[in-house]
Amino acid sequence: MNGSSYNIFNSSNYFGWSETQGVLEVIQILLPEIVLAVFSMIVLLGAVYSRKNKTTSIVFWGTATTFLLVSIFIIFRGAAVYTAFGGAFIDDLFSRYLKVLILLSAAIILMLSQDFLKRNNLFKFEYPILMTLSVVGMMMMVSAGDLMSLYMGLELQSLSLYVLASFSRDSVRSTEAGLKYFVLGALSSGMLLYGSSLIYGYSGSTVFSEIFITASANEKSLGFVFGLVFITIGMAFKVSAVPFHMWTPDVYEGAPTPVTAFLATAPKVAAMGLFARVVHDAFGGAFNDWSQILILLSVLSMLFGSIAAIGQKDIKRLMAYSSISHMGFALMGLTSGGLEGVQSMLIYMAIYVMMNIGTFAFIISMEVDGKPVSEINSLQMYSKTNPGRSMALLILMFSLAGIPPLLGFFGKFYVLKAAITSELYLLATAGVIASVIGAFYYLRIIYYIYFGENPRALDQTHSLFNQTVLVISALAMVLGVVNLFGLEFVSEIAANALVN
Amino acid sequence: MEVLVLFSPLVGALFCGFGWRFLGESLACWVATSLLFLSAVLSWILFLKFDGNTQNIAILRWIESGTLSTNWAIRFDRLTAIMFIVITTVSSLVHLYSFGYMEHDENFGETESYKPRFFAYLSFFTFTMLALVSANNLVQMFFGWEGVGVASYLLIGFYFKKPSANAAAIKAFVVNRVGDFGFLLGIFGLYLLVDSINLNEIFQAIPEIANTKLTFLWREWNAANLIAILLFIGAMGKSAQLFLHVWLPDAMEGPTPVSALIHAATMVTAGVFLVCRMSPLMEYAPLAKNLIVYVGAATAFFAATVGLVQNDIKRVIAYSTCSQLGYMFVAAGLGAYSVAMFHLLTHAFFKAMLFLGAGSVIHAMHHEQDMRFYGGLRKKIPYTFWAMMIGTLAITGVGIPLTHFGFAGFFSKDAIIESAYGAGSNLSFWVLIIAAGFTSFYSWRLMFMTFFGKSRSNPETYSHARESPITMLIPLGILALGATFSGIVFLAPFFGDHQKVNQFFGISGPESHATLSNSTNHVTKIEGKVHNSSNEQAHYTIDSKGSKGIDVRHGQSTLGKGGLFFRNDNHVIENAHHVPKWVKISPFISMVLGFSLAWVFYIRDPELPRRLSVQQKYIYRFLLNKWYFDELYEFVFVRGVKALGKLLWVRGDGNMIDGTINGIALGIIPLFTRLASRVQSGFIFHYAFGMIIGILVIISWFAISGGSS
Amino acid sequence: MLLIDISFYVFSTVILSSALLVVVSRNPVHSVLWLILMFLSCAGLFVLLGAEFVAMLLVIVYVGAVAVLFLFVVMMLDIDFGSLRSEFARYMPIAGLICIILLMELSLVFGVWQTAESAEQARAVITPDLSQVQNTAALGHVIYSKYIYLFQTAGLILLVAMIGAIVLTVRDRPNIKRQDVLSQIYRDPKEQLKIIDVESGKGL
Repeated sequence: MNGSSYNIFNSSNYFGWSETQGVLEVIQILLPEIVLAVFSMIVLLGAVYSRKNKTTSIVFWGTATTFLLVSIFIIFRGAAVYTAFGGAFIDDLFSRYLKVLILLSAAIILMLSQDFLKRNNLFKFEYPILMTLSVVGMMMMVSAGDLMSLYMGLELQSLSLYVLASFSRDSVRSTEAGLKYFVLGALSSGMLLYGSSLIYGYSGSTVFSEIFITASANEKSLGFVFGLVFITIGMAFKVSAVPFHMWTPDVYEGAPTPVTAFLATAPKVAAMGLFARVVHDAFGGAFNDWSQILILLSVLSMLFGSIAAIGQKDIKRLMAYSSISHMGFALMGLTSGGLEGVQSMLIYMAIYVMMNIGTFAFIISMEVDGKPVSEINSLQMYSKTNPGRSMALLILMFSLAGIPPLLGFFGKFYVLKAAITSELYLLATAGVIASVIGAFYYLRIIYYIYFGENPRALDQTHSLFNQTVLVISALAMVLGVVNLFGLEFVSEIAANALVN
Repeated sequence: MEVLVLFSPLVGALFCGFGWRFLGESLACWVATSLLFLSAVLSWILFLKFDGNTQNIAILRWIESGTLSTNWAIRFDRLTAIMFIVITTVSSLVHLYSFGYMEHDENFGETESYKPRFFAYLSFFTFTMLALVSANNLVQMFFGWEGVGVASYLLIGFYFKKPSANAAAIKAFVVNRVGDFGFLLGIFGLYLLVDSINLNEIFQAIPEIANTKLTFLWREWNAANLIAILLFIGAMGKSAQLFLHVWLPDAMEGPTPVSALIHAATMVTAGVFLVCRMSPLMEYAPLAKNLIVYVGAATAFFAATVGLVQNDIKRVIAYSTCSQLGYMFVAAGLGAYSVAMFHLLTHAFFKAMLFLGAGSVIHAMHHEQDMRFYGGLRKKIPYTFWAMMIGTLAITGVGIPLTHFGFAGFFSKDAIIESAYGAGSNLSFWVLIIAAGFTSFYSWRLMFMTFFGKSRSNPETYSHARESPITMLIPLGILALGATFSGIVFLAPFFGDHQKVNQFFGISGPESHATLSNSTNHVTKIEGKVHNSSNEQAHYTIDSKGSKGIDVRHGQSTLGKGGLFFRNDNHVIENAHHVPKWVKISPFISMVLGFSLAWVFYIRDPELPRRLSVQQKYIYRFLLNKWYFDELYEFVFVRGVKALGKLLWVRGDGNMIDGTINGIALGIIPLFTRLASRVQSGFIFHYAFGMIIGILVIISWFAISGGSS
Repeated sequence: MLLIDISFYVFSTVILSSALLVVVSRNPVHSVLWLILMFLSCAGLFVLLGAEFVAMLLVIVYVGAVAVLFLFVVMMLDIDFGSLRSEFARYMPIAGLICIILLMELSLVFGVWQTAESAEQARAVITPDLSQVQNTAALGHVIYSKYIYLFQTAGLILLVAMIGAIVLTVRDRPNIKRQDVLSQIYRDPKEQLKIIDVESGKGL
């Protein structure tokens, strides 16, 4: 103590602060996040001072490369579990799995965006920077071990996305999309914070491991359960589960297509990962509580997503409903609980991201007379002008609909299996019904492509990269049959890290 | 080598069926045919080199599910070897024959390509048939069983533009399904009792099964009898035995080479093969054996009577086939399995030849099949005539009684008849004698009506009648050799003395058999039955009974070792050798009677049959309409089932299922969709409101239920 | 103790009522003024808790900056609050119903409220002894050690907000005339000024 009044804070247990880690160690643990954050700031400075269009292209490539490098770094991190800041930050295999998924999808989508942004006068260096910061937020989300770090990560991610959604600032729809997203996001954040305060009040801590103890008690007070409900709702908004999905179609439609592609992939992975993290790490003992909510959300999302998608004329809106439905399936996996449940969710998300990247690689480059279009109608008889891409799209649509033997089927197969193992028969039945209904609108797209009536020529302006991604993604749907690219094994160890 | 025999037809089928666009039509057909000839040559080599010891050749792991564990494997024993040569020989000859027969088919247009399809089907059939006979477990056998069913369906309905062909194909398939149901039940039953579907394990367990009771259809049965009967029902379907025979005559809608291959030589004998294959089971199922004898004899008689009056040349032969199959079943049911297989072998040769000969006649007569419009073709198509003559001599069993000279049928059919007498089954003996007379009559009737007398066809057709091309004659020639000599050559191994038969079929040597025969000691027998199934019990027996236990075990282990199994009290074949002379001559006499009658009817006084048919109108009608089986079935089963099907289709399927689905798909879902887009109004406060309502519902739920606690 | 209790209830009442008035007052300027009153009362509560630093922050940042910004914005925007209010009235019944149900359910939580035995103790543990350390210093210490992670993330969030504001609003206007201080300074008067004799009656 040395009589100094400040020493009191250095003592190890005064704040429950048992951190014995040195600065270097902490930096090492957080290296991926720090690298990305610092990278974004340096790029920001550099780009602002150079102010040349030439640099923008370099920034795009540089960001994508950095994403790749960081993800490689994470892959080679091994299986060790690191925690920092008294458990507020957890770096385990589960978070690494999701981080790699997030980084890779963000990198690919960033590269997919380039062409579109150039042609629509949106090619600005802020785009990759915002994306980077958003990715940092997502990585924090999946590594969160504390309600506060959860919230900060969530907000960092969301705020960047709000800006990105209205990135096309001269378009009324884009700004409207951003605004809607922002306002509703704020509402959901409010819910989350309210829930967090209840949880903190009832468990006396914001750290997940401490909350876990309260959640595992036999007698849980109603306030704690309400807190759980509000937190779940806040996260349900982020994964756009029904009935907290309302923003999704409008934002997907209004936002510039590359941003939509981004919204549909990486943030969903992050939010799902966060969801799994919270329900297992913090509320693992309250399985019977949260599984009730999740069952409801899952059933509603699957059915509503499938049914509402039928009436859509805009492919971006349709993909919004499709993603709502898919999130319902992923939630089904999560609801099933246990290792198998988490594993099936992880597999589902990885497959979902692959399918969506491929599909959006196509949607991003849909153009008529140099202007981006997204009406499903414009695809009529596309197979006549472009059989190769039509075939790729056909495979992707079949895969999204979950038709065997394509990869999409295996995603659904794993979650349904998990649900059946947990004896959630009604949920599984609802899932099957939803996927049958869902098949309708995917097939409708194929119908237009192959049997439509008035052919309208989409421009042949696909960039090489987009085409490649489309084809690779379609191929992956077919070739994945062999062993799902080892997903089963990887997701199992990742899920193991979370559940045990 | 066995694998090559089994799979080269499949390769041929795939090449021919899918690759003909690249290979070209004729090359594809030749590929299939040459692969089959390869298969045939190899199977002859295998047959001749075979030492009688059963081999199991595992090819791949097939089914692993719970206790069900099965390899795809070839069980190669004498039975399989016989079937291999029969199938591959006839099939390769039929392939060759088809080049000529299918050359210009008027059922298909000039531009349509049908030949590769035909050859692919034929090869596919051959593969499935080989799979059936080479199976070492029942599921694999069932695969082949159904495979030949499919191939048969495809080939009967090959002229898919003819409604009658389609109907016949469906009929064949449906009737076979009835039998298959029995077969399946039999497999299930065996799996239930033995917990395995591998033949070896089943055979080992058979004495135990014979002591088990099983409840089926509200009745207690002896398990062995019950299962044997169920399996026999399957055999009845495939081998067109009485009550399930109705599909076979209609199956003649298919091209004639198909009739020769599938509906005479190979597929229809699958039932006989099944009974012989399951001989260890049959030996313990006396009730089933009796049933088999009665059904077989009834079929032999029934089909022969119907054959007397048919006018379609192929139908006559079809009923003849049906009748001959009855013979085989009688032999098998009596316990003379080797005799049944003997007849199967010889019958394959001469019946295939008769069909191919008939095909040649039909080919020459521009696809006219009614014998009433034939006549006097002897000069026009001499080779075909001689081939048919040999076939007829073979089927009617011409030979010199009490010696070893004669055509194939002479040995095999007489062997059956003698066995019938030897087994003390007088009824079946007399029925078979009468049927042999009928056989002789209708066979010669066919010959006389077709080749002798004056032409009754229109003169133009007659004058255009030409001998068939060489590709059609070569198979006839080869088969003629078979029909002539297969009886003499194979008499000893199939119907020789006990030791020869045992050696041929690889049944463990006479000494073990003798041990078992001598051990009439009651106690020992029971011990043997009890302990053979499991090793622990065997040890127990060895300990308590000493060397005797070992002897018994050795004797019992012949179960399933060879191609066939004879119980020690089965002396049918031996007895058959010692029948009185009059019994040995009687089939010959019966044959001569049939021949003379035919000669009187169709050569000396061709008007006689017509007068007789008018005079005995009812009998004639009865026979002509095949004992009214079709009409009876139509009335009893088909109509009721059709009505039920229609009810389920219109009410159940149409109104209920389609109605519900359509109602949901066209009514409710769009409604929801409209609602969903109404909710999606675009106003932020609506969205926020939606979220709040969601929260309200969930919170209320938890407030009311109190969560998990 | 009594004084503290009384002040707590006074502040709380003011907070709740002014919060209500923010929502229901007709004039948006009034709403903002009510908001300011609420912030001030909150600051009062913080003072009662002994968190004078946070209290001052609230007054300086929220009252001094945020609320004043609000005032400017509200005054500059021409929003027809009348029409918004009619919408508000339309949904009033159902909104009120939902409000009441939610309130009732949330009050259920307080119905079963009971303070944990260790609550006092737990609170005492994390509250630094006021006699030993100043509030500001204590905050500073944890913010830069234990909560540096969250603090820096908050910084990133603000960065994003800044980038967002710039990217969404700032426009490059190429024709605008900007003041270039350097060029002004480095101008050479000699070059800039030229004396020309103009002959009368001729012009340049």
